[in-house]
Amino acid sequence: MNNQTHKIMPVMMLTPKPRPDDRFQLRPWHGLVLIVVCIAASIPAAFAATDPGRASTWDILVQWMPLLLKGFIFNIIISISAMALGTLAGAALGLGQISLNPVVRKFAWITTQFFRNAPWLVLLFFAMFLLPFEWKIFGLTIPLPDWLKAMFGLALPVMANVSEIVRGAVVSLPSGQWEAAESLAFSRTQVLWRIILPQCVKRMLPPWMNLYSILTMATVLASIVGVSEVMTLTGQALAAEGGRSDLLIPFYSFVLFLFFVYCYPIARLTVRLEKKFAVKT
Amino acid sequence: MVWTDTDPMVSIKDLHKSFGALEVLKGVSMDIMKGEVICIIGPSGSGKSTLIRCVNALNNFQSGSILVEGQEVNDPDLDKLELRKKVGMVFQQYNLFPHKTAIENIMMAPLLVLKDKKEDVEKLARGLIKKVRLEGKEDSYPGELSGGQQQRVAIARSLAMNPDVMLFDEVTAALDPETVNEVLQTIRDLAEDGMTCILVTHEMGFAREVADHIYFTDRGVIVEHGPPATFFDAAKDPRTIEFLGQIL
Ligand SMILES: Nc1ncnc2c1ncn2[C@@H]1O[C@H](COP(=O)(O)OP(=O)(O)O)[C@@H](O)[C@H]1O
Ligand SMILES: [Mg+2]
Repeated sequence: MNNQTHKIMPVMMLTPKPRPDDRFQLRPWHGLVLIVVCIAASIPAAFAATDPGRASTWDILVQWMPLLLKGFIFNIIISISAMALGTLAGAALGLGQISLNPVVRKFAWITTQFFRNAPWLVLLFFAMFLLPFEWKIFGLTIPLPDWLKAMFGLALPVMANVSEIVRGAVVSLPSGQWEAAESLAFSRTQVLWRIILPQCVKRMLPPWMNLYSILTMATVLASIVGVSEVMTLTGQALAAEGGRSDLLIPFYSFVLFLFFVYCYPIARLTVRLEKKFAVKT
Repeated sequence: MVWTDTDPMVSIKDLHKSFGALEVLKGVSMDIMKGEVICIIGPSGSGKSTLIRCVNALNNFQSGSILVEGQEVNDPDLDKLELRKKVGMVFQQYNLFPHKTAIENIMMAPLLVLKDKKEDVEKLARGLIKKVRLEGKEDSYPGELSGGQQQRVAIARSLAMNPDVMLFDEVTAALDPETVNEVLQTIRDLAEDGMTCILVTHEMGFAREVADHIYFTDRGVIVEHGPPATFFDAAKDPRTIEFLGQIL
């Protein structure tokens, strides 16, 4: 019995552990495969449209492309502004979560948990219906168009997630960094801003970019509340073409394609940064 | 009463410290005079780190007194930053700031805490690099240095604040045997320059050589203490004898 375990042990120890390189990773050809699948899916529809007197699917799509692209740029604008706002608010909230003041800490924690555990669509609805359509301050009337309200609505979950990213990065640093800095007579603010946070940026970047990708894809939720982003416009375009069912797949494939072309490089870069930072620290 | 340097530099009296229900220090007292080197030895978990971390207020404590140059550390109105300017500390795990080069690590605190002029600080830092024998490594990041080199940067970083007392918490325990000596040599140089040092160490040969006084702690109390010759060669308490028997 003892002998056997002795024989088995070295074998088990030699079994190579999966190295990071062996794990699943996005590669450029994954993207190509997806594009090919999209195109292949639209081919039957394209052939179905050979009925004379009806314009070909491709021609119709090309005709609508500028409008759809405009809608998509709108999605990007919403995503960037929601990300900027959510990041600012989330960074403040994240720092609140590590505050020495228990009231601030509790408040930041509850706010973070509340918005992190709420469905994005529900938050979006709240923002749409709770925010007024215009804002009056100092006799000035600032209109709040739907897309701006949607931006606020999407910034809420981003804020909560950024708050957790910040808190997580700060607590993941070894406590020795705090102790060394404190024993050098740095004040708490100096420790945080000069020693801890600069080291956290590296750790925060990949999850932050990940969050941005998720947010970008979530901007289509704004179509449900009537913002004229790419999904809304696609629906309108299809309606204008008389609701031809053969157009559905090509049109939505085009939307998929747009998101893919935008989000895929971000995903690649995130993976690259993750790898780079994993080696260095 | 005004503190003068004929009074103890650090005076610890009946120090009690608990973590929750666990009492880690049960009435520890010791005096360290200016220029003295004392070594604290004892089994793991006996409260050595906790004790020296109380001296620079990294740990609080429940009762007793620590005077550093006459200033009470147990005072609720204590200015911790002022205290820490006087007390340097070096850790087992070096704890260098990984996003800064060796010389930046050394320059940061004098620049940001003491607000000294950049030229002066840079001159000081270059001098310290030389003192710890790391010329040529100024612009290396901690990740590019060996453990022994990192630890010497950590010592220089602490010295840059021009402290009156240095605390060393098992600073060679994480090092490869080959690099232990280069760090010990740096501490030996410091001791010879007259720096007041409180060292927690397992390097018995080194303790015997540099220490003016040795304290042996076990389970939160000082079991025995004395000058190295008496301590090592004529220990009386059975716990000390057993510990020395295991280690030597
Ligand atoms: N932050 C802490 N919280 C709770 N217990 C602690 C903490 N730090 C140390 N201890 C406990 O205090 C005792 C003494 O620890 P320490 O001072 O590190 O001993 P030593 O340095 O002599 O090995 C140990 O039992 C340890 O588990
Ligand atoms: Mg210890």
